[in-house]
Amino acid sequence: MATTIHEPPQIDSERLPGHGKGGWKDLSPADGDLRVVQEYSPPPSSTAIWVVIFGVTMMFAAFSSALIVRKGSSYDWQSFTLPSILYLNTFVLLLSSVSLEIARRRIATFMGGLKNHVGQPNTQNPSRWLYITLALGLLFVAGQYVAWRQLAAQGLYLATNPSSSFFYVLTAVHALHVLGGLGGLLYCLRRLSKSTLRRNTLVATARYWHFMGVLWVYLIVLLWIKL
Amino acid sequence: MHDMSVNTAHHHSPPTTFISKHVFSLDHKVIGKQYFALALVAAYVGMFLSWLMRIHLAWGDAPIPGLQLLSANGAPGGVMTPEYYLQLMTMHGTIMVFFVLTTAPFAAFGNFFLPIQVGAEDMPFPHFNMMSFWVTFVAFIVLMASFFVPDGPTLGGWTQYAPLNSVGPVAGPGQGLGVILWMASIGLFCVGQLLGSLNFITTTLDLRVKGMSLMRLPLTAWAWFITSCMGLTAFAVLMPACILVILDHVAGTSFFVTSGLNMGGQMLPHSGGSTLLWQHLFWFFGHPEVYIAIVPGIGIVSHILLANMRRQMLSQRTLIYSMGALAILSYMVYGHHMFVSGMNPFSALAFSFPTLVITIPATIVVLIWTFSLYGSKLRINSASLFALGFISMFVSGGVSGFFLAQPSIDIMLHATYFVVGHFHLVMAVAAMFGIFAGTYFWFPKMAGRMMNEPLGKIHFWLSFVGAYCIFMPFHYLGMAGNVRRYAAFVDDYLQPLISVHRFITVAALITGFAQLIFLYNLIHSRFWGKPATDNPWEATSLEWSTATPPPFDNFGGKHPIVYHDPYQYNVQSSVGDYVMQTSPEQVKTEREEL
Repeated sequence: MATTIHEPPQIDSERLPGHGKGGWKDLSPADGDLRVVQEYSPPPSSTAIWVVIFGVTMMFAAFSSALIVRKGSSYDWQSFTLPSILYLNTFVLLLSSVSLEIARRRIATFMGGLKNHVGQPNTQNPSRWLYITLALGLLFVAGQYVAWRQLAAQGLYLATNPSSSFFYVLTAVHALHVLGGLGGLLYCLRRLSKSTLRRNTLVATARYWHFMGVLWVYLIVLLWIKL
Repeated sequence: MHDMSVNTAHHHSPPTTFISKHVFSLDHKVIGKQYFALALVAAYVGMFLSWLMRIHLAWGDAPIPGLQLLSANGAPGGVMTPEYYLQLMTMHGTIMVFFVLTTAPFAAFGNFFLPIQVGAEDMPFPHFNMMSFWVTFVAFIVLMASFFVPDGPTLGGWTQYAPLNSVGPVAGPGQGLGVILWMASIGLFCVGQLLGSLNFITTTLDLRVKGMSLMRLPLTAWAWFITSCMGLTAFAVLMPACILVILDHVAGTSFFVTSGLNMGGQMLPHSGGSTLLWQHLFWFFGHPEVYIAIVPGIGIVSHILLANMRRQMLSQRTLIYSMGALAILSYMVYGHHMFVSGMNPFSALAFSFPTLVITIPATIVVLIWTFSLYGSKLRINSASLFALGFISMFVSGGVSGFFLAQPSIDIMLHATYFVVGHFHLVMAVAAMFGIFAGTYFWFPKMAGRMMNEPLGKIHFWLSFVGAYCIFMPFHYLGMAGNVRRYAAFVDDYLQPLISVHRFITVAALITGFAQLIFLYNLIHSRFWGKPATDNPWEATSLEWSTATPPPFDNFGGKHPIVYHDPYQYNVQSSVGDYVMQTSPEQVKTEREEL
């Protein structure tokens, strides 16, 4: 019983709606934990998302070290001012993390059948905040595109200078990973519409999304210092 | 007597079509076999390329019949040009390192047996697992496609050093599209391995059945887990490096090409790139890659020796820690590949020290094997012979590593055949012996039939003697100053060495033919071999607790419960001198009796 790949909807007994604890972890109605011999193990999706985060971290560590070595290896490095829209993009991406947290709580309350803060049954569409997160994520990617256009308007293209090369590479690879996160959000929305969303799926997606925000803050600091 | 709990939560449905069962399969066992088949094809392609190279080195002017059909420009009249020699050498190294030594012991055997050994139905993300194989398959096709582009494959060696890898066709045949295909192939390979690592790590940590604590995992499972952690770290670094090289080619960036570089009489438009940057990124991957190839072999050999020694390992826990130490230290030593790159001598010392330190866990592993074997009544079969051969190669190749770890000696021996002999023994042949040992040992479980033992033993002795005949003289060649990657030996001091090269070539041809015996044995046994029982080796781990071959869900709708450590041999139980991990029977172990 320990190794179901598609684990069934489950909920810890102490977090059943009847206990009144609710919270963001109560995403699915209780149906018994069929992985009774696995009580000591985290769900694979939880481990997997940390594995993914580690892999992406290593990838950007490689890019970062390449930037530092490349800058120090010659005198052709030209500094330039980062497009100001990047700071707005940063705000948008961090805001999307907040909206995703709200979405997680709303969905947990909805799926747990709990009452809202004024004591009424929660009938709000729980996917609304997920859509808001999705829109903010798309806005971030669009903002990055605007930043690239602004740089191009200044005559800074991919091959113009190593500094611009690294700017385009780092921001583009990050944007691709953000698009992956948007794909995860769409998957959650689809599962939510069918009432088959699992707690672990949303938790893993959210962890990845927050990591994208943290990674972007690191990147913009790195670019600000090094460019 | 096995303890299996009834599984009431079976969520798999077996595939119903040929495509879903054999091609785009989600079953880890089918994916493991697909990886094995890919590695098998790659191994014979790589071996064939080495034959061509060896024949050319021994008899440089003699035409090789039909070679002109492979490349009219590279081998006019069947005699290969120096550039074409380098292209074949590059492809040989790339195919062997990536698509054989990484693919077979880790991805093939690991995919098939890791879920079974932890008691799982499958990997937790079977779609990613399927993608992992097919991305790797596409990577192989992309690499092979470079044989069929106008300039042929890249000639830059499997290390693809900059700036040769970034300047384009002006650097020679294959340095344009050939390099791009190489980088694309290896970039895809990285994606495949990252997806594989994701599944291996989560399977090991999250899908263990009841009673299967970490220390009850078989040594193979530990080896695959440690390797997947290494792969996750190493391939995530190589992939960005490949992306940057492709951009240098197609977008005109200057990541790796220095300024003022004049090639072929023309000034290159790049500015200020760092050639050493590539070496740092590559070897940060490249040295752990050595252990990605060998650590699964350490696990496989230990697993097989234990089943044939019929006793417990001297210290299983120490062996696990040693494999972990090898993995961690492998990231601290990569600079020893760059001693002659002009690095600060203090940096060289900093890389030399951990390189010597890493021999400590490697030595501990060998000592554990040796003392465990001492006094045991080893069952001699093809699998145990290849396991012993692995130890022999690992030690022989490892000893020369002591010399290369020291900058003052390495400067003299760098880029000579001494290095080629060293890494072929310790990494390539040892890993290949691990693959052969695993094949002879697990073939009954994978195919449901036994392999032919006499043919296996002939295969072993020819390979064992042949490998030493090929690679030990390489050390002599290196000490005589024979630089690697030369396509011909025209200098006076190299002329006397040609007879050694001829000896090596003859040995390589004979050893290569021995591998055809293995291929015949594999194919013949698959269809006409003696049917295998569920546990032909009287082994104890979970793969031997299930049917042969295992059912679609591995344990026939049940899940095992684990009661024992993985290697309870030399005990008195109701079935013999061993007790299965799944048996609730209480037995006294050798140590308890002591």
